[in-house]
Amino acid sequence: MGRKLLLEKAHVAGITTYEVYRREGGYRSVEKALKSMSPDQVTEEVKKSGLRGRGGAGFPTGMKWGFLAKPEGVPRYLVVNADESEPGTFKDRYLMEFIPHLLLEGMITSSYALGSNRSYIYIRGEYVWVAEILEKAIDEARANGWLGKNILGSGFDCDIYVHRGAGAYICGEETALLESLEGKRGNPRIKPPFPAVKGLWGCPTVVNNVETVAAVVPIINDGGEEYAKIGIGKSTGTKLISACGNINKPGVYEIDMTISVEEFIYSDEYCGGIPAGKKLKACIPGGSSVPILPANLLLKTAKGETRMMTYESLADGGFASGSMMGSGGFIVLDDSQCVVRHTYSLARFYRHESCGQCSPCREGTGWMEKILWNIETGKGKLSDIDLLWDIQRKIEGNTICPLGDAAAWPVAAAIRHFRDEFEWHVLHPDEAQQRNYGLMHYADPIHVPQPVMA
Amino acid sequence: MSLCFSADKLKEVQQIIARYPEGRQKSALLPVLHLAQQEFGGWLSTEVMDYVAGLLQLQPIEVYEVATFYSMYNLKPVGKHLLEVCQTGPCMLNGSEGIVAYIYERLGIRPGETTTDGLFTLKTVECLGACGYAPMLQHGKYYREHLTREKIDELIASCSAQPVSASH
Repeated sequence: MGRKLLLEKAHVAGITTYEVYRREGGYRSVEKALKSMSPDQVTEEVKKSGLRGRGGAGFPTGMKWGFLAKPEGVPRYLVVNADESEPGTFKDRYLMEFIPHLLLEGMITSSYALGSNRSYIYIRGEYVWVAEILEKAIDEARANGWLGKNILGSGFDCDIYVHRGAGAYICGEETALLESLEGKRGNPRIKPPFPAVKGLWGCPTVVNNVETVAAVVPIINDGGEEYAKIGIGKSTGTKLISACGNINKPGVYEIDMTISVEEFIYSDEYCGGIPAGKKLKACIPGGSSVPILPANLLLKTAKGETRMMTYESLADGGFASGSMMGSGGFIVLDDSQCVVRHTYSLARFYRHESCGQCSPCREGTGWMEKILWNIETGKGKLSDIDLLWDIQRKIEGNTICPLGDAAAWPVAAAIRHFRDEFEWHVLHPDEAQQRNYGLMHYADPIHVPQPVMA
Repeated sequence: MSLCFSADKLKEVQQIIARYPEGRQKSALLPVLHLAQQEFGGWLSTEVMDYVAGLLQLQPIEVYEVATFYSMYNLKPVGKHLLEVCQTGPCMLNGSEGIVAYIYERLGIRPGETTTDGLFTLKTVECLGACGYAPMLQHGKYYREHLTREKIDELIASCSAQPVSASH
């Protein structure tokens, strides 16, 4: 049984209420920080913890906080990114729905460290009821003196507001999120300047994911060094993984980053294996943007080592034979699934969500969707596969924000690892309408420890 | 202008504006548009958008460009019950296409269409963050998850029995 730091109490009866949360030891980190630590000491603990951004990029949180500009007389802001829209990802919703005060506690402590007197939760618009849960929790926290003026007599003022988006994946990108919070279209900004210097309303701003901010609570309670003892290498602490697709037990799991991918998929403690006697074909381990891996490369790296649920191990082999931890959106495909159709579905998603600012993304995502639809419906040509490869290469790295990369990577990885499935669709269009390609060789053990070159 | 929020809703608008620093009332645009859509029949007409612009002291174009960007704002009338079926990857793996097909079988509407009695509109949407509970749809404020034909039947029956206004 892995150690749980965030969800340990998520199922205590009544934990959504302030009374129960407090009785269970809630808000201790705020007391500790405000009464016995300076803001810089709080930041120092976060640096020591090795905590990495849980939204997808995995950037060290303490370092991000360290970049925050602090000019005299200019307000600073903490904005929590609760826009959770990466297909496969539903962990933040779970945390906010079941233990909302944990996020607020983390926000107050983090706001103190950053000097933010007005902090926002930008939550995706569709999570209407989750926003209501948070607003109720905020009212309770305010009524009990954890928000407002002069909290705990420390002289620190802080308030938290919920801001609902209105349906746009792009607003999970931090500068698009800030534009949206300012009441505009979610068009990402050109960086630099980074939000740490010019963010919300032109003021220094830190944007952190829900899970990241919640993790500040155990870090302050137990100390950064204790937190850093959990996990392997630079993958410290626990990570929420939202598992979905073809598994027996989809849901949100908190793992300490010491288990293997195989254990995560097959153990009864986690996903419980693949249903209906089917076999594992492929998996996207970190949200739809990260590379899909066939079963054989998922469970073992190209070097033949056991692949672990850590940032480093999931990325082992680079994009040639590895993937990424990403947001922790773990999507499993069994042997009855079609990689072409699934890739088409993701391409449609990215076309729909492209903000349209940059031509490579605006035009390229739609083009890829059309080609994939042709291949899927038996109207594809072999040259289309190379064309897809060419388009994704021309999107990647050529856009203002990472949505272009996010749209390119799933297509690139699908072709890299499942090219024969694409070719089969083209060469056997009628058969491909009747049945799927199946498992084929995708789960065969890897004998040659050599990365496949792109 | 004939259109106006009730006194209660106007108070709510003021509370929303107060979440942001002085002079930043443009930030209230997304939440106020949600409120307007909920109050004025489930969609945003030009008249409604102009009204919101006036309330927040914005140019109408500032409202139009936002309303047309975000997928939750309906720019055309919708039925009393809006059924938004997620069709992205993980939901697709778990049979979202069958859900869309079954709703067509039951109600005779395809994505983007409204039943002739104005009771239901069907939309397909992209990932709603419920991938572990697929297939799913959003109905007004709430998610309906782990969908089956039986659950669709129940939903249609309950909507037909007690029509409530579409809300967002």
